[in-house]
Amino acid sequence: MNTFKKGISLIFSIILITGLLTGCNSGGKNANGDGGVTLKLLMDNSTNQDGIRAVADAIEKKYNIKTEISTRPGGTEGDNVVKTRLATGDMDDLVFYNSGSLLQALNPAQNFVDLTNEPYMKDITNTFKKTVTVNKKIYGIPGGSSRVGGWLYNKKVYKKLGLSVPKTWKELMANNKKIKAAGKTAVIGTYKDDWTSQLIYLADNYNVMQKDPEFPKKYTEHKATISNSPAALRSFEKLEEVYKKGYMNKDFLATTYDNGLKMLAEGKGAHYPMLSSALTVLNKNYPDKMKDIGIFPQPGDSKNSNGFTTWMPSAFYINKNGSNVEAAKKWVKFFVSSEGLKIFASKDKPEGPFVVKNAKVPKSSYPAVKEMLPYFDSGKTGLALEFISPVKGPSLPQITTEVGSGNKTAKAGAAAYDKDVEKQAKQLGLSGW
Amino acid sequence: MTSSLSKRYTYYFLLPAGIVYLVFFIFPTVMSLFFSMTWWSLTDWKFIGFDNFKTFLTEDSLNVGFKNTIIYAVVTCGLKVVLGLLLGVFLCTKLKSVGFIRSMVFFPTLLSTIAVGIAFTMMMHPSQGLFNVTLKAMGIIGPDWLGDTKIALLSVALVDVWKGVGIATVIYIAGIMSIPNDYYEALMIDGGNSFHKFWNIILPLSKPAMNSVIILSFIGGLRTFDLIWAMTKGGPGFSTDLIASIIYKQYQGGFYGLSTAGNVILFIVVSALAFPLYAYLNRKEVDL
Repeated sequence: MNTFKKGISLIFSIILITGLLTGCNSGGKNANGDGGVTLKLLMDNSTNQDGIRAVADAIEKKYNIKTEISTRPGGTEGDNVVKTRLATGDMDDLVFYNSGSLLQALNPAQNFVDLTNEPYMKDITNTFKKTVTVNKKIYGIPGGSSRVGGWLYNKKVYKKLGLSVPKTWKELMANNKKIKAAGKTAVIGTYKDDWTSQLIYLADNYNVMQKDPEFPKKYTEHKATISNSPAALRSFEKLEEVYKKGYMNKDFLATTYDNGLKMLAEGKGAHYPMLSSALTVLNKNYPDKMKDIGIFPQPGDSKNSNGFTTWMPSAFYINKNGSNVEAAKKWVKFFVSSEGLKIFASKDKPEGPFVVKNAKVPKSSYPAVKEMLPYFDSGKTGLALEFISPVKGPSLPQITTEVGSGNKTAKAGAAAYDKDVEKQAKQLGLSGW
Repeated sequence: MTSSLSKRYTYYFLLPAGIVYLVFFIFPTVMSLFFSMTWWSLTDWKFIGFDNFKTFLTEDSLNVGFKNTIIYAVVTCGLKVVLGLLLGVFLCTKLKSVGFIRSMVFFPTLLSTIAVGIAFTMMMHPSQGLFNVTLKAMGIIGPDWLGDTKIALLSVALVDVWKGVGIATVIYIAGIMSIPNDYYEALMIDGGNSFHKFWNIILPLSKPAMNSVIILSFIGGLRTFDLIWAMTKGGPGFSTDLIASIIYKQYQGGFYGLSTAGNVILFIVVSALAFPLYAYLNRKEVDL
């Protein structure tokens, strides 16, 4: 009998301890001693945190709201973490996550607080608001500046070889030819990090829209595919052409993103098709080279089609099922206020114009960002496809790697991608697929 | 009365293990069979029959995994069986430092797969990696080990063999050690040489060991994920994607139903290949 009792008590203590441990996770109010609140923020590990931390410090001083930042991996691995944590009800109070097509897959109505009627929404540009709107409700605030996709180039190399910024694809190819003849890498390829292989395709959307303004709509409704619409197929052909002409570095399949930025900064490579978010990384590692780095849009086939494809910033979302929704609302309100943005920009230089009205790019910005401004001022910009259409296939990096390394033709790559997006469209339950 | 109680009484001891098995194995297995036939978003599902299986088997970017997985499993399994046997025989001879060499051979098995993958990825860099720098010094231009789509899968397979041959060797050593001395004495009396010793005694009598190695490494090869993920993530393009890495990518893409269907397919493929192989090998075993 005695051993029986012992056994029972052992079982109960185990249950109790496990219960306690699970209890910790789903924790209560997180109130700390002085009556303040601690907000938890989940963000990816590749975004620069300096600006966000500076704003968080200001919020702590002003509202006695502490911010605890935890990180997750970026890319698809990070999507996974976010989706799983939302599904299991284990999400932090604030979520920093992509706007555009990726947001759609998170089921925002169920997970995030609706911010449509917040007064500060009138200060945020419509272009951005569209990318965080699902079923006419706005869920996010911009978590930084906008970015562009284009061709980063080394101005020193351009000067030495007497080149000028190309206005058409033909001119760009002619420049490449001269750079290659001079014994330098014309186009830096960094396919070891395969997401970088997508840029020539993605950054071409401005040109696609110039030729076929209705393409994103038709594409979303499955009335057009990439392989059967010449304007969109052209983007894959450009990727193919760069490989076929041998303009990339020899080791492009083994080269990483960091190596690529190094080549650009040191002038070993002249061009790097990339997002302007690379500027922040460049500034961290090669601050004295920033004056040599410029950017131009991926040119189209005619001079009239010359503008930037832009990426909207990731956004902050408030976890609807969190325990600190009110504090989190204060947090985001301060973040988009002019005071908040000023603090942000002082620590985190913009990678493109802000998407909050009246927020100007500071004078101390990177030269490359100043190079973008004329395009923005004259309206020669268009959103990347992933912000206009919810359809984006997960295998794109692998497919662009295949096309960009000559293992598939442009046409076959586009057809493979059409199949890939079909899965995504079906998963989202879009009509017409 | 007493007898029926005592009969039931014995089953109570099976209960704890039974519950664990039911909750953590049978239940998820049945659930995954069900969810493989649905469109599933973790919170919501819709029954769609065999559509997921159809997609998995017909789409090029998905079914490329079958070919790659079979190649990978056959190559790693074959090399481990042959190299493991040779090393096993060699390490059963009377060498002075046999203990040291045995631990050397076994050592890679103890390393973390991810660490091995990262280290070899660096050594296989086409222009700065150890392999090609060494080859260059000898006047040979080395291949792009992981970048060339034709050999990338084999490069990873070789690393797998390097890492896994230790286990095969240890199993062989155990098998060879358990051969009774009588056979060797009989061979000596008959005047056989060392080739006869290998061909007529060691090889047939280490069959049980060989069978374990074949089964273990073949199933291991079919299910490989970590090494591929650490070295190539399935790239360049889709050239080194195995079924397991494809399943993971579908899961990352948010296609939970599709990736569960992939798991079911992997389960069927492994069983369909492993069970007949096991039965076949067992039939051929000889008693000591």
